[in-house]
Amino acid sequence: MKITNEIKDSTIIITLDGELDASSSVILDEELSNPEIMKFSKILVNCENLHYISSAGLGVFISHLQRFEDAQIKLIFFNMQDKVRNVFEILGLDLLMTIVSNYEEAMTIADE
Amino acid sequence: MNNSIRVNCSKKNLKLIRDFVMEHLLTLQLTDIQMNQIVLAVDEICANLIIHSNHEDPTKHISLAISEQRGIVRFEITDRGMAFKRAEYKEPDLQEHVRVGKKGGVGLALVNRIMDKVEFKSMGDKNTCLLYKKIK
Repeated sequence: MKITNEIKDSTIIITLDGELDASSSVILDEELSNPEIMKFSKILVNCENLHYISSAGLGVFISHLQRFEDAQIKLIFFNMQDKVRNVFEILGLDLLMTIVSNYEEAMTIADE
Repeated sequence: MNNSIRVNCSKKNLKLIRDFVMEHLLTLQLTDIQMNQIVLAVDEICANLIIHSNHEDPTKHISLAISEQRGIVRFEITDRGMAFKRAEYKEPDLQEHVRVGKKGGVGLALVNRIMDKVEFKSMGDKNTCLLYKKIK
């Protein structure tokens, strides 16, 4: 799993590249636990190259969701592959999290 | 093609297991989503066995065997760690998980929703998990 960040004003775009399983999800957890991330009002997660997610990866997002919501930070996923989105849908997480088609849509929602 | 694999209890081996499952399912002409779901279900069970039943002890092992009969794929996963107590299992309340920031506890819910049948058996110190998925 490779994670890269891009900062645009009050938005941080986190790009995930690889597979998020019980072994690799630790890296994502460290990234989202970084206190610096709370400075942003929008966290956009680019999932274009996220090829796989297991419950461990989902668990990392679940565990930070309330913290971000409490701080009024918007967490938005975009460019998610159908097979990865399906994993969110099996648990109904697509109803608790914001998943949109592309970057433009993510930016529009983030600015609402 | 060999239909079984044995790995030691390290999380790093989960990728090896997923690749093994995928390789065996390739001939079944599954959609991307079907393939991913089945690989995920096996990965979740193996991760639970490695992490919770065997505490990531690299001297311990788990084995996976795959077979197919009459349109049903069967996965047999065995280990000699702590047996899973299904009677104590509760389906997760996701909203509660979000509220308290809980990281784990949703893997088996995925497995139960993906697979057609999930069984856990223990005999002596050997534990077996059987997963069945109808594919035709």
